[in-house]
Amino acid sequence: MFCRVIVRDLLLILALFPLLGSCQKESQVDQATREGILLLGNSGEPKGLDPHIVSGVLESNILRALFEGLITADPLHDNATPGGAALEVTPDATATVWTAKLRPDGKWSDGMPVTARDFAFSYERMLTPELGAKYADMLYFLKGAEDFNKGKTKDFSSVGVQVIDDDTLRLTLRGPTPFFRQVLKHFTWTAVPRHVVLKHGKIGQRGNPWTRPENIVGNGPYQLKSWRRNDHIDVTRNPFYWNAAHVTLNGIRFLPIGNPYTESRMFRDGQLHMTYTATPEVIDLMQKKHPEQLRQEPYVGTSFFRYNTTRQPLSDPRVRKALSYAIDRKAICGNVFRGFTPALSITPPMGDYRPPQDRGFDPEKARQALADAGYPGGRGFPRLKLLIASKETAATLAQATQAMWRNTLGIEIEIQNKEWNAYLVAMQQLDYDIANAGWIGDYLDPLTFLEMWTPDNGNNLTGWNNPAFAKLLQDSFQETDATKRFALLAQAESLLIEDAPVLFIAWQSRNYLLHPSVEGWNPLLLANNPYEMIRLIPGR
Amino acid sequence: MIRIIINRIGQGIITLFVLVTLTFFLVRAMPGSPYTEEKAIPAHTLQRMKEYTGLDQPLPVQYFRYLKNLIVHQDLGDVIKKDGVKVSEIIAESFPVSFGLGVLSIGIALMVGIPAGVLAAVRKNTATDFICLSAAMIGICLPSFVIGPLLAVFAGLGLDSLNVAGWSSPGDWILPAITLGLINAAYLARLARGGMLDVLSQDYIRTARAKGAPPTRIVIRHALRGGLIPAVAFIGPAFAGMISGSFVIETIFQIPGMGQHFVNAATDREFFLIQGLVLFYGFLIVGANLLADLAQIALNPRLRKS
Repeated sequence: MFCRVIVRDLLLILALFPLLGSCQKESQVDQATREGILLLGNSGEPKGLDPHIVSGVLESNILRALFEGLITADPLHDNATPGGAALEVTPDATATVWTAKLRPDGKWSDGMPVTARDFAFSYERMLTPELGAKYADMLYFLKGAEDFNKGKTKDFSSVGVQVIDDDTLRLTLRGPTPFFRQVLKHFTWTAVPRHVVLKHGKIGQRGNPWTRPENIVGNGPYQLKSWRRNDHIDVTRNPFYWNAAHVTLNGIRFLPIGNPYTESRMFRDGQLHMTYTATPEVIDLMQKKHPEQLRQEPYVGTSFFRYNTTRQPLSDPRVRKALSYAIDRKAICGNVFRGFTPALSITPPMGDYRPPQDRGFDPEKARQALADAGYPGGRGFPRLKLLIASKETAATLAQATQAMWRNTLGIEIEIQNKEWNAYLVAMQQLDYDIANAGWIGDYLDPLTFLEMWTPDNGNNLTGWNNPAFAKLLQDSFQETDATKRFALLAQAESLLIEDAPVLFIAWQSRNYLLHPSVEGWNPLLLANNPYEMIRLIPGR
Repeated sequence: MIRIIINRIGQGIITLFVLVTLTFFLVRAMPGSPYTEEKAIPAHTLQRMKEYTGLDQPLPVQYFRYLKNLIVHQDLGDVIKKDGVKVSEIIAESFPVSFGLGVLSIGIALMVGIPAGVLAAVRKNTATDFICLSAAMIGICLPSFVIGPLLAVFAGLGLDSLNVAGWSSPGDWILPAITLGLINAAYLARLARGGMLDVLSQDYIRTARAKGAPPTRIVIRHALRGGLIPAVAFIGPAFAGMISGSFVIETIFQIPGMGQHFVNAATDREFFLIQGLVLFYGFLIVGANLLADLAQIALNPRLRKS
């Protein structure tokens, strides 16, 4: 009797649960496609929605829906720079003074007009030292911006931002910047609504509640509808957007899915139109089952190792080169990073820039270089440590390179795995021998990959100091001719290759899954696709 | 009884104070800070950011300021990396989710674990006992990061009515609740079995049997009350643990609960968030232990007398 009661209870429980969920028949993706709502995996919870405070890629994905800069991304071409909030942004002959003509029909999502004053206010806010904007250096292209941001002057009129009238803004830069339109695509250059920001706080006040869901106002194609932390952010059409009639999607749902395996399961279960990423295991699975849903596209990111050039024997360029020549990048890209391309320079291919190339995998040269440095056959070579963070494919990469160094050079490298924050601290304090790292460009110009290797840059972290490199970059800041400028940058990059403070491994790609119903999501190097051009086709 | 409660509350307050103090200094002893980022923050900006959160002050000043805000203003502080967001907001938003999941899971744990344990004890050394014990052992040994994805792949992808992740419809709740519930059911089954075996060998049970009481009545009326005492002692802290969220379950099933904040706050060096969450968790544990003690007293007359 007692046993029967228990068995009955258990069967009841098992029967009850699927019944609870049986109200769902149409998948979430099918329903969203029908309603014109794009379901996007966005890798994590955003730190905020204030373009002056946040700095991450996942935040920029949301900001792109809510705010529009003077220049916006083109849905098809990386090099194209169509007007966004501005009808046009035109340079003078030296590409130093740029004039932006704003759209007269540009409006904020509360119906107020977007004016040049909003942009000037935004740049002043971003640079105001009290705000402590992490990404303020993105605005250092402006004349006097760095001094103002570092508190050397309190007079904002010394910064190259001038409001000519409500629709005209003049930006004076620190020097010729022919690629400035590309820089303007970055979210740090978007405007924030002056009237809303000042209603909720002062210009340099942190913790200003203007971006809370009940307060936020933007000028992008969408406006914030709801935000449930760690669950979703919903945006819906902004009726005041100047091009609202041509906005195709009715809304977007950003899902902060931190676990890539959960994300791929959600995609396969019909809960997502697009994933943020795809792990090597998922790539293998999808290549077999649904290759048409797997996307692998070039991305402006480079994976590399930093050498601590202040430590023996890595202070010797021959040792650094020996380590570099011993790495079979093709094997790494094929087996560790699916879809990545072997990197022979720090700058990935972009636009018309042709970076100089490093030698690549050359076991003979590697052994020779190590012997020249005094370690023939690896004899007497100290046991160095390769610092990695407990993230993603870092451990696999480290094991692969460890084996390559052992097989080619006869040396033993120890893998030092640290928790993310401890790893960053070790790297920033130069408390490492070799460290795994990566860099993602902010805009499409080689400068975004080269500037960090100047001696006083906080992201150098190798101890490498070559005045000739810094001088070439300085010269490029004064060069008005685009071809000559690229030649100067390529020369600088040659020095980086020659001195080898960095071991380039791979140019990154973006691996993700895309549902067949999504149309118009084209490969872009910065993955900054404008959402308003995306279409959802039911029945696919 | 009232004396016991007052005594336990006093002990709880001291425990919480020690917990707050230890957490405060331990999180600051970790390498790195909330401002350690891949892209280095310029020194002048870093200084402004620290001034804003008060982290530029010496450690004792920070500590007493934190205690003052906590006791006088009941303010747990700000989330450092999320501009303008309070720690209390994060807890208020995520706790109900974890609580909901915890209640569902403990329901499953009780409905599966207790009957299985009792059944195993009643059918001691039979195939039923062996099956229940083996299942419990598997449940204890298999971690949630194995059970969770397996359930998601086989049940979630297989059945239209179940979603593999999310937290907005009943179809989302089932798999995480089963995953979290089954692990605790396994512990409960073992404890219930042990407790029941102990009680079933007591003289008063033998007397009941001798008097001809039906077996079901003996188990339910006479043995269950005493046999469940070890399981009840486990339920208190287990329930506190379940309602405060599970990082693994929340990550696997994309649930906006408290567990994710716990781990992410530690890796992000979110000092105030860690302190707030630890304090809240400590509060739950102290409260749950108090309730478990009271429940045990209610179940066991001997404890009442002592």
